[in-house]
Amino acid sequence: MIDWLLDDSPSSRLQANLGRAWHVFAALLRNPLAVVGGFIILVLIVMAIFAPLLAPYSPIGQDLANRLMPPSAAHWMGTDELGRDIYSRVVYGARITLMIVTMVAVIAAPIGLVVGAVSGYFGGWTDRVLMGVTDIFLSMPKLILALAFVAALGPGIENAIIAIAITAWPAYARIARAETITFRDAEFIAAVRLQGASSARVILRHVLPLCASSTIIRVTLDMAGIILTAAGLGFLGLGAQPPLPEWGAMISRGRNFILDQWWVATMPGFAIILVSLGFCFLGDGLRDVLDPKQGDKQ
Amino acid sequence: MTDAAIHLEHLTVSYGDTTVVHDVSFDVAEGESFALVGESGSGKSTILKAISGLAPEWTGTISVEGKARGHSPDRAFAETCQMVFQDPYGSLHPRKTVDTCLAEPLAIHGIGGRDSRVKDMLAAVGLDQRFRFRFPHQLSGGQRQRVAIARALMLEPRVLLLDEPTSALDVSVQAEILNLLKKLRREQGLTYLMVTHNLPVVSFLCDRLAVMRHGRVVEIAGVDALKSGQLSQPYSRELYAASGGTLQSA
Repeated sequence: MIDWLLDDSPSSRLQANLGRAWHVFAALLRNPLAVVGGFIILVLIVMAIFAPLLAPYSPIGQDLANRLMPPSAAHWMGTDELGRDIYSRVVYGARITLMIVTMVAVIAAPIGLVVGAVSGYFGGWTDRVLMGVTDIFLSMPKLILALAFVAALGPGIENAIIAIAITAWPAYARIARAETITFRDAEFIAAVRLQGASSARVILRHVLPLCASSTIIRVTLDMAGIILTAAGLGFLGLGAQPPLPEWGAMISRGRNFILDQWWVATMPGFAIILVSLGFCFLGDGLRDVLDPKQGDKQ
Repeated sequence: MTDAAIHLEHLTVSYGDTTVVHDVSFDVAEGESFALVGESGSGKSTILKAISGLAPEWTGTISVEGKARGHSPDRAFAETCQMVFQDPYGSLHPRKTVDTCLAEPLAIHGIGGRDSRVKDMLAAVGLDQRFRFRFPHQLSGGQRQRVAIARALMLEPRVLLLDEPTSALDVSVQAEILNLLKKLRREQGLTYLMVTHNLPVVSFLCDRLAVMRHGRVVEIAGVDALKSGQLSQPYSRELYAASGGTLQSA
């Protein structure tokens, strides 16, 4: 199987692409931090998928007799002010976190990539206008801008996702533009233009694939920031609404008891830190593997 | 001269405020191989770029196969004229396999039978089928240049613009590529317009040459004049002497 993947003379398109993917994967495995990061993300995904099996209690079921219990064998992370099992809520919270992160990446990354590539490829006035818009978005603090959007759109998890996506794309546009400029005048781009390819085709088929790796790296590194922004919105009561077990909102509820019942705010805080860290490690590892400026074998 | 494959009349090309090529006129006959020689910066490559549409700021007349050229690349032109670039390391997309690279022009022009066409073309440029799904970094310089030539020929153009196609390669590989170009021209009756500063290459591959200096054509001569050292202009002789006064490949 591995011989087939590493074959120097692949016999099909699929084999060639899988072989390349395998090289990237094998290089990632050689990077211990990336493995740790990947493992954390994997655990997050497994938790999200199998939440009903992993959580011993319902995430929203109240048990007022057992409110604010410290961590114990029955409640691994204790219970909150309504007697809900914090561990179960953290496990279900993985779903929300994962959804926010994925949705933001799916919305923001393509917008940023296309805006940046178009801007860089055409240059001139197109570039000035698009980068002007990008600069306006970049110049505003993320959380404040997201707050303004949520305030306008109304609180809720979907609106939080849209708000975060709107604040996240300019960074990707900047990266994609910078990358595009470096190879806009390359001969392989000139060659496809001479073959009669339209600008749309050149950008989509030839420019974007080269911007993709640096954007993937940046998105992975940004995941931590996205989680924190989502948690921040949740903390301020503008993200996920009760009783949804969103980690930021959970910390916010725990704030009232932080001195006497520390676990209520601390446990979801740990989850946020751990997942953010996982994405950072994975992003760093991906950079080492994918960055065209460091890799010579890609 | 409507039967000329390439017809240039009073061509002046500039990049912004700098004029690089001044009032150049010449014709390349159908099936002929014509060389542009001269030192670096003499505007040779710029003429190729103007013809192909990559240097859009020009005045004068350019026509290829009887059709006047516009100022940018277009689809119809792509089927009559293609270009091979100097640097085989920069002219292939680093993330695309040989197969994707060769199939792309067919996809752009909606031509079917891609599988067999790609296979035939690989055979025509002397590349084994096992190279088909390799990435450029898995190929040597000579193999990459073969791929670049194959890509230029995928649309079956009549005219090939060659921008120093061998100068980035080892001497032994240069000979292979030159032989390949000679064979392809013989087999397909192609017209070549080639830029080079290597006079032995000219005498090997070309019928006529134009010597350029500071953006102007100094002399147009047949390759016989070059072979016998009979170039008339002082600058052409200087260039000839600088290449060693002989035509032995360096």
